[in-house]
Amino acid sequence: MQEKNLTYDGTFDGFLSAVFHVFEHKTGHVNIQNEFAAQNELFSDNETIITEESKANRVWKGLKAKLSTHGRCQLYYAFLSEQSGIENTLLDYIQYAFSRDRAVDKDYSHPSILKVAQMAKMVGREKHRMEAFVRFRLTKDHIYFANIEPDFNVLPLIQKHFKRRYADQKWVIYDIKRRYGLFYDLDKVDIVNMNFPVGFDFTKTDSDYFTEQEFEFQKLWQDYFKSTNIASRKNMKLHIRHVPKRYWKYLSEKQPN
Amino acid sequence: MSFQRTQEKLKILADAAKYDVSCSSSGSKRANINKGLGDATGMGICHSYTEDGRCVSLLKILLTNYCIFDCAYCVTRKSNDIKRAAFKVQEVVDLTINFYRRNYIEGLFLSSGIFKSADYTMERLVAVAKKLRLEENFNGYIHLKSIPGASDELMREAGLYADRLSVNIEIPTTSGLKRLAPDKKREDFIKPMVKVKNEIIQYKAEKKIIKSTPKYAPAGQSTQMIIGASGENDFQIMQTSNHFYKNFNLKRVYYSGYVPISYDDRLPKIGSDVPMLRENRLYQTDWLMRFYGFDISEILNRHHQNLDLDIDPKLSWALRNLHEFPVDINMADKRMLARIPGLGMKSVHKIINARRFRRLNWEHLKKIGVALNRAQYFIICNSNQFERRDLTSEKIKGFILQNSTSKYRKSLSNQLSLFG
Ligand code: SF4
Repeated sequence: MQEKNLTYDGTFDGFLSAVFHVFEHKTGHVNIQNEFAAQNELFSDNETIITEESKANRVWKGLKAKLSTHGRCQLYYAFLSEQSGIENTLLDYIQYAFSRDRAVDKDYSHPSILKVAQMAKMVGREKHRMEAFVRFRLTKDHIYFANIEPDFNVLPLIQKHFKRRYADQKWVIYDIKRRYGLFYDLDKVDIVNMNFPVGFDFTKTDSDYFTEQEFEFQKLWQDYFKSTNIASRKNMKLHIRHVPKRYWKYLSEKQPN
Repeated sequence: MSFQRTQEKLKILADAAKYDVSCSSSGSKRANINKGLGDATGMGICHSYTEDGRCVSLLKILLTNYCIFDCAYCVTRKSNDIKRAAFKVQEVVDLTINFYRRNYIEGLFLSSGIFKSADYTMERLVAVAKKLRLEENFNGYIHLKSIPGASDELMREAGLYADRLSVNIEIPTTSGLKRLAPDKKREDFIKPMVKVKNEIIQYKAEKKIIKSTPKYAPAGQSTQMIIGASGENDFQIMQTSNHFYKNFNLKRVYYSGYVPISYDDRLPKIGSDVPMLRENRLYQTDWLMRFYGFDISEILNRHHQNLDLDIDPKLSWALRNLHEFPVDINMADKRMLARIPGLGMKSVHKIINARRFRRLNWEHLKKIGVALNRAQYFIICNSNQFERRDLTSEKIKGFILQNSTSKYRKSLSNQLSLFG
């Protein structure tokens, strides 16, 4: 039987709308893909899904009855991994969940559930990393600005953490790879697109944009980082496992003096 | 804040503080109130890692490294010829706030040499915490060192602002302490510990009646022991540890392999190895005791006074108790599952969850993340393949070691070659 392609707009609601479509039309062999990543084969059967919040909500509510909160959370986390094909794994998981009476999210011997759990774990790890590795720098406009380049799309996941923690300072966290950011204005967090001056270097702290104090505290932090190390216990392998090199770029303590 | 002066002090006082291994910033439950700065409700984050692989979560500094005492194992000791410095209270507050705002740290870990007297020093530590809480509305994590001999009043106040308090026992045995830290009396550091313990008990009791009772050291107390400085064996160390866990309701005991810093001949020479592997084995034992339901006497006792370095303590226990095995993965209770070598608590929970759906076989176990290279000799599952040979402990150990690539193999072979 020929496989049917469903393309959606890349949002979670869009994906859930696609799931709704599958259930509604009892579509058998289906391949759900993000429109940006879509590689439509010439002769395959394509359909573009329109994101509808009401449909998405119905699927999500339905899942609530079938899964623990943790289980639903894992679905969302795994979705944010943006891994190719993850939508189909999620669909398989969801179909399995709806076909059973008992909550299935702990049934790790089912391949899709295991896969989702593993992806969710990776995304969760990235979330934690970003909560740890964000380095704010104080701009001349008195906004604490940070840029990140996470492996997965974790901004939606870290927002709550930063809002709670930095309630009394304005801040921006910008995802360079996905080109959007979060902006907290002392009241609420908004999703923002940003324009940067030509030649803006995210790895450098430029005195045109950042306060003078910023340089001092970066220096103090770098010094602190060096002083707190115990040379006779040096273990670079362990160090790199904790702080993989791809994250060093934006860590103030890892910048050359 | 004069940048250069602060910079120099920070170098000296961070360097002196680094030997304290405690870096935990979890367990506090202090939430952000009134839109202030910071929050310490979560698990505690490692914002970075030093090149020795340790978590950097707190700004860990001494208030001063002037000290009237002369503990042989400590860089800050009176007789040591080093640069001395002292922070002003406001300097520490500024550093903490500015580091915190940049998401470098979870909070402050402030310790100190004993300057003038115990109370004089403790008073200043408390002043820093008080300022952070009351003037800066700071809700991040604060860990203060309880200075041995500090008065009950100061310890009471300390707990109102700090999340965690700790006194380091440092030397596991009383005789060792006498030899290496002649100025220090065991009673002196027991005293603030007792006070803090009682305050916590009282706080918990009052809290039940009056909801608004001010928090007292919500992340509890901890302590640290230095390993390998005074010739003690693992049995002695873990007995002391057990004693403190039980009698002072400690949250954590930390074990810190002694880093040689002195030519004092009471101590290991400068240049000798830090006993990192031994430290790791002690932590494993500590976990078995706290989370895996082991009694310490099962692991260490008069006949077995030191932990094996080449295998972990759970495997070592299992090999001494082969009569308890094999365990049936699909039947065994949680307690026994936790005792199988190669199974962490996470795997145990996964197994308990997964086996409700189907009987588990080797493939399932592998996917769950069980370290089969160790576990296979101790379990049976839904498969007719299992270890049928009646292997001796030595044989099993041999097989396991052959197939493992320990991250410690290098340091292990170094340590073993001493006898070779
Ligand atoms: S009292 Fe503390 S700081 Fe002073 S020498 Fe002893 S261990 Fe070091």
